[in-house]
Amino acid sequence: MLAEVGQFALILALLLSLVQAVAPLWGAQRGDGVLMAVGRHAALLQAIFVALAFGCLAWSYVTCDFSVALVAQHSHTTQPVAYRFAATWGSHEGSMLLWVLILAIYGGGVAAFGGTLRETLQARVLGVQGVLAAAFLGFLLFTSNPFLRLSPAPVEGTELNPLLQDPGLVFHPPLLYLGYVGFSVAFCFAVAALIEGRVDAAWARWVRPWVLAAWIPLTAGITLGSAWAYYELGWGGWWFWDPVENASLMPWLLGTALLHSALVLERRGALASWTILLAILTFSLSLVGTFLVRSGILTSVHAFAVDPKRGVYILGILAATTGLSLALYGWRAPGLRSGALFQPLSREGGITLNNLFLTALTATVFLGTFSPVFIEMVNNDKISVGPPYYARTFAPLAIPLLALVVFGPMLNWKRDEARKILARVRLPAIAAGLALLVALPFVGLKGVGTAGGLALAAWLIAGSVMILGRRWWSGRAYLGRAIRTTPRSIVGLVVAHAGLGLLTLGITGVTAWDSDKVLNMKVGDSVAFAGRTVTMTGYELVEGVNYQAKQARFSIKGPTGAYELRSEKRWFPSAQSQTTEAGIRVGPLGNLYVSVGEESEAGVIVRMWNHPLIIWIWIGGFAMSIGGAISLSDRRVRVGAAVKTQPLAQPVAAE
Amino acid sequence: MRRFLSLALAFALVAGPAAAVNPDEQLPDPALEARAHKLSKELRCVVCQNQSIDDSDAALARDLRIILRERISAGDTDAQAVDYLVARYGSFVQLKPPMRLDTLALWFGPLAVLLVGGIGAVVYMRGRSPAKAGALTAEEEAELAEMLDSDEVR
Repeated sequence: MLAEVGQFALILALLLSLVQAVAPLWGAQRGDGVLMAVGRHAALLQAIFVALAFGCLAWSYVTCDFSVALVAQHSHTTQPVAYRFAATWGSHEGSMLLWVLILAIYGGGVAAFGGTLRETLQARVLGVQGVLAAAFLGFLLFTSNPFLRLSPAPVEGTELNPLLQDPGLVFHPPLLYLGYVGFSVAFCFAVAALIEGRVDAAWARWVRPWVLAAWIPLTAGITLGSAWAYYELGWGGWWFWDPVENASLMPWLLGTALLHSALVLERRGALASWTILLAILTFSLSLVGTFLVRSGILTSVHAFAVDPKRGVYILGILAATTGLSLALYGWRAPGLRSGALFQPLSREGGITLNNLFLTALTATVFLGTFSPVFIEMVNNDKISVGPPYYARTFAPLAIPLLALVVFGPMLNWKRDEARKILARVRLPAIAAGLALLVALPFVGLKGVGTAGGLALAAWLIAGSVMILGRRWWSGRAYLGRAIRTTPRSIVGLVVAHAGLGLLTLGITGVTAWDSDKVLNMKVGDSVAFAGRTVTMTGYELVEGVNYQAKQARFSIKGPTGAYELRSEKRWFPSAQSQTTEAGIRVGPLGNLYVSVGEESEAGVIVRMWNHPLIIWIWIGGFAMSIGGAISLSDRRVRVGAAVKTQPLAQPVAAE
Repeated sequence: MRRFLSLALAFALVAGPAAAVNPDEQLPDPALEARAHKLSKELRCVVCQNQSIDDSDAALARDLRIILRERISAGDTDAQAVDYLVARYGSFVQLKPPMRLDTLALWFGPLAVLLVGGIGAVVYMRGRSPAKAGALTAEEEAELAEMLDSDEVR
């Protein structure tokens, strides 16, 4: 019964999205207020119906209704209830339903909170949004219906892949989708602005919070995915340059560029046409991400639910959205009004440089991801593009960008002077120099790169924190007030940019100093590893909720004291597969990572890794996301306010 | 059902238990083993989804690791050992793509984007620069001087 309710709700949502695709666009063209209002109501109703459908599927999962084919394929009665619920988006159909749900929620959001928008602009945004919703609801209903029934219903379902039975699954996909789909709002705003032929500061003021609202979960989702891979896959990597990871990185890089260029458009009215282009491309790359996962065109760890028919449908959506919007852009963009003037040495100029590097980085990832496909098509020769490629192309572009980050917030809008800028960065420069001087004796001349990485991290952290320091120092007479009146957007900027510094610290540490060891061990054996003594103290069978595990226990004596680690190899009988649960000692200076492998006559194979500073990679990533959230909490107050807002981060004039 | 079997198989291949180098494969000489270890991180397990032979648990990855160590023990340089594998498994086995005519765009594309974008940005900023837009031509300067000299202004 519930499945049928969900099915009907989806069909109704599709019909509503068709109404939403036509009525408001037409209404805006004719200046018909009633038709435009129809668009708003259609968007809200559509969100309600999609939410209903999602609720029906989720409930079927939680209650183990195996007469629904999808539930039978990805759920099992012994599966813990949290993972039965999360399994709702653990399959292709379910995750597409989640995608459509988020799309509908964003659409409903524009309808509900867009009251202060120009009426025609809101109507056009909703119209474009309706077209997207119709395309994806059609995709869901015609190629990936989540509500198909099984008759007769099986008594027991097939367990969800054990690798996915992890808190990571509960949060990772929804966060990524909030990001991917969130960029659709910026896309709809861009297309609507092109139809209107008007892009101005008010437009940017509206778009920026939406871009931020997409960027925050995307950043968190990518970070979480990296951490999940680290502890779950069992060999301690944190980034694999896997096609699907790349697919999430591309919209992130371009979305970051968009976040900054929209700032210029909002404050200064410049970069209008470029911002529109970025909004279109960012969402197109989000669609590419979906296409990559669904089509199986690239071999990847994530390539589940591979089906050419679906791939073709999504490729169609991708080609139509990108093609049509770019054509519209080519036609309308030249007529867009260009904004205020600025000198190259200015905040605007700095953000242009930021955009240039971020675009080149996106191009690098794009080439690395798609070249193998292209070359195989043309030459019928297979090549691989892996970490060595990115170390030679991505890193040389990313490092100068990171070095430039500190300058950005210190630049004045409009024009600035080189001499004054250099005076402003004296403090972070001293911090970086100190880091270099302290590190060099330890790492030697061979480790210049490592020392440079540490200096870069110090530069970024000091250069970001300094913004607050200067502000509060100059208002030190009324410190409490100075702290309280600091706009949250500045705090957000500082946290996010400092997060980049922490990320740099983590990457430098683990790249320079990681080490590993493989050996056979028996209970009682001891081995020296990375300044620690690792002793195997036990090896036995343990029973889990829905698995059996061989658990090895280790006692470790090291510079930070003695502790115990447990490492398991789990066997899931109903899924007929096994996973590794590594024993990980997490610390600010480094992680010890121990996993067990096959048994042999010489004992059991034990692999151990030492990962110095690795935790800062994820702390940095989450800090960036939190920084975005702090900034958004500021912006929400100001959105739609008619009064001209204060400049974001007015640098304190150099004395 | 077949689809699910193939999915399960795919997962078994991808998500096999943990990493891969077994103690019995390792070379006794730590210097040679370190070289092999480093090299094997840049070689792809050709039957896996996207793993180096160092990470992969597949039987083929094990074979490749053993061949690599044999070559290194036999006195091959790093380049020779890699070439040996490329000759047998194609450039697919290298995680670092080769530098060839058809990979020029791959290797130099990022730089090209940066240069072309940089030129575009310079052109754009020149158009935006108040110094440029505000500067007067010699003719305008003369006209201005004339105005200043004329009686109307005085």
